[in-house]
Amino acid sequence: MVRHVIAPVDELPPGTRKFLTIDERPIAIFNIKGEFFGLLNRCPHQGAALCEGPLIGLAQSSDPGEIEYTKLGEIIRCPWHGWEFDIRTGQSYCDPKRFRARAYPVNVEPGSSVVKGPYIAETLAVSVESDYVVVDL
Amino acid sequence: MTSPIAGGVDCDLHPAVPHLTTLLPYMNDYWRDQVTTRGMTDLVSQSYPVNSPISARPDWRPQQGKPGSSLADMQKQALDPFKTAFGICNPLYGVQMVFSEDMQDAFCRALNDWLVKEWLDKDARLRGSIVIPAQSVEKSVAEIERCAQDKRFVQVLMLVMGDVPLGKRALWPIYATAEKLGLPIGVHAGSAYHNPPSSVGWGSYHIEDYVAQAQAFQTQLTSLIVEGVFAKHPNLKMVMLESGFTWLPAFLWRLHKFWRGVRMETPWVDRAPAEIVRSNIRFSLQPVDAPPDGATLNRLFEHMQSDELLLFSTDYPHWQFEGDSVLPDGISSDLVRKIMIDNPLATYGRLKQPARAGN
Amino acid sequence: MNVQFRPEASASASIKTAIADCDIHPARATATELYPFLAKRWHEHLATYGKHAYQGMMDGPPYPKAQPNASRRDAWPPEGGPQGSSLSFMQKQLLDPHNVALGVLNPLNTGQGLRNHDLSAALATAINDWQIDKWTSKDSRLKGSIVVGNEDGPTAAAEIRKRAGDKNFVQVLLLSRNVEPLGQRRYWPIYEAAQEIGLPVGVHAFGFGGNPITASGWPSFYIEEMVGHSQCQQTALASLVLEGVFERFPKLKMVMIEAGFGWAPSLTWRLDKNFERLHSEVPHLKRKPSEYIRDHIWWTTQPMEDPERREHLFELIEWIGWDKLLFATDYPHWDFDEPSRVLPAGVSDANKQAFYLDNAKKLYGIA
Repeated sequence: MVRHVIAPVDELPPGTRKFLTIDERPIAIFNIKGEFFGLLNRCPHQGAALCEGPLIGLAQSSDPGEIEYTKLGEIIRCPWHGWEFDIRTGQSYCDPKRFRARAYPVNVEPGSSVVKGPYIAETLAVSVESDYVVVDL
Repeated sequence: MTSPIAGGVDCDLHPAVPHLTTLLPYMNDYWRDQVTTRGMTDLVSQSYPVNSPISARPDWRPQQGKPGSSLADMQKQALDPFKTAFGICNPLYGVQMVFSEDMQDAFCRALNDWLVKEWLDKDARLRGSIVIPAQSVEKSVAEIERCAQDKRFVQVLMLVMGDVPLGKRALWPIYATAEKLGLPIGVHAGSAYHNPPSSVGWGSYHIEDYVAQAQAFQTQLTSLIVEGVFAKHPNLKMVMLESGFTWLPAFLWRLHKFWRGVRMETPWVDRAPAEIVRSNIRFSLQPVDAPPDGATLNRLFEHMQSDELLLFSTDYPHWQFEGDSVLPDGISSDLVRKIMIDNPLATYGRLKQPARAGN
Repeated sequence: MNVQFRPEASASASIKTAIADCDIHPARATATELYPFLAKRWHEHLATYGKHAYQGMMDGPPYPKAQPNASRRDAWPPEGGPQGSSLSFMQKQLLDPHNVALGVLNPLNTGQGLRNHDLSAALATAINDWQIDKWTSKDSRLKGSIVVGNEDGPTAAAEIRKRAGDKNFVQVLLLSRNVEPLGQRRYWPIYEAAQEIGLPVGVHAFGFGGNPITASGWPSFYIEEMVGHSQCQQTALASLVLEGVFERFPKLKMVMIEAGFGWAPSLTWRLDKNFERLHSEVPHLKRKPSEYIRDHIWWTTQPMEDPERREHLFELIEWIGWDKLLFATDYPHWDFDEPSRVLPAGVSDANKQAFYLDNAKKLYGIA
């Protein structure tokens, strides 16, 4: 596993996302209410740019007409066919046994222990006191 | 030809009401006088014109009277030849066409009582479906509860082209009652003609109306599944009667594909549509709407991915097959047994219970 | 600095050979983009009274779509305007990467089938002029469809004849849900004119004709409408066959668009079986329904059926015929079919070539 530094934490405030390509793989990083998650930006269905979709909550129901709506902002709908995936785990909510978007573990690393990578050159000019968002790939 | 086996259940027989006046003895004084003083006509639906070739196989068409109006004929032409153990009667008398719910209720009660007296009481093999005044959910529930006391009623009958899509929640008390009483809902081909008899308006021809029944079954299945009828009533079974079934695999593929993308609209559908069909929906055998060659039909059975879906039927006296060729060619004896005996018995719980006349 | 860029539009052009896309939906960038082609009296009419379809909403569908404009969210053009409204973005996102050699335009929400038939006719001719001006004259890969105010047969026929010989158009466009089933005589002037000028007629899913969209009334959900296009198309096709449209117009060809094709074998078998019994009701038919369908009907592929076992799809196509299918993406709609992903493995090169391009070129008369 290689760790790639993405950006300073405060460049990715809650509710935003960042797209990038690492080793020719398209990736998006999300900040969901202060937690960071990464997803491969390719829907396992037909290869759409999954991470460009809207974020909604999870609609569940055990009684037709009554809807429990949770996980607000944590479910992404693929911009093509609307398949829903849980940002945290990549779990899809349709056909859950068969499809899972590939999730990448994302950690917040303290500034002094980052690994050098292409983006680092840019951010080195910036203050190094900030926490960096790092991706393991 | 695939030979049928003895002891099967014929899940779609059509005893015919000779005339509206036949039902007079089963109406109260008010309705009896309404029918006669207003000169009400026989309720024959355009879905089955009496002399249409579909309505009767030539060798089953009587010299006089409506096809299916003679018990002796039904015994001789359907029950005895196929050595049927049980025959389920689905009367197609056009009571669904009237617009008054009170009148419809009176006619349904009379029809159900007539079925008991003229058919169920006269041949111990026969069982009945309760015809309900579907315009009124309250009256439908009452009629189901009334008739269900006679254990020879084994099903509730509705039309595939009714007033509203069958999945609509307003109808659910009917389903709750049926589920509680252990009765499947039989959805039969035919229209009440309260909506145009197709999803694109009124066509010109009887053949057009008849072909369109298959599309109506498809939209009804969609409705039943996506509205969550089987999420709410998991033990309820529904039988598609005279629907055809060769359209089923392609239909399910399409429904499945859209369900995956629009899941959030109907989140109570928590199982794949094909799973719901396999657990809660059945189809009577006739008409087969088969491809010209038997091998293709066997491939279609493979596409359906379940051998529990089909229930034997002759659709007597409708013309769907020749001679004794009621079963498709080239199916295994295991499948014959499933279609003729196991699947129907698993669907109609009351068949296994003792039934006493008049109770 | 905030590195946030949009990934390059679909780098996955893994169809190396050219394809035809037989269902593309071009959109107007603004409400008034059509006005240069529309007589002035209608500008004020539209502003005051709007469009009255055979459903109650002034604007928008009674069954709300699953995505805004029923379209892919990555299809918003960078310069603004709704999905499908920019030629340059369509070239960049669809035509170039997918190697589209022939793109058939089927404009929707045009004003076809409105209750005001004069308005429909005016909007139809305007949309046809707009297709030439904005699309087909600027990119020779694109071909248009002649939109008509179809509830007024004679006026629709005049619009079709007006475009005779115009290479900008490859078909006449109808919708599947109309005031009457499509085989009815009120629509025959359209078929007569299309046959006369030698163009096929495409029947695209949707439209509102004032009839409930099932034979048992109006369903509740958008998913029911979407799945229901299959049933509406089946019934429309049955009407065309049983009314004798192909007996009366023996050179006419028709394309079933955006309703899938999996339903075709079963419907054909059912039609034949009942025709055998009931043919005395329809003595104007001289051939079996399956023969008319075989000779006169093609299907676009989207939305492609998606069985659990992909080899079942293979069998289905064998029953219909590899020569009857026309590949389509339905760009920019959300239920888009990605060209490289739709067929299971093991399809012969000859069949792939027919499926992706040659059937369309032959049907639409493109060399």
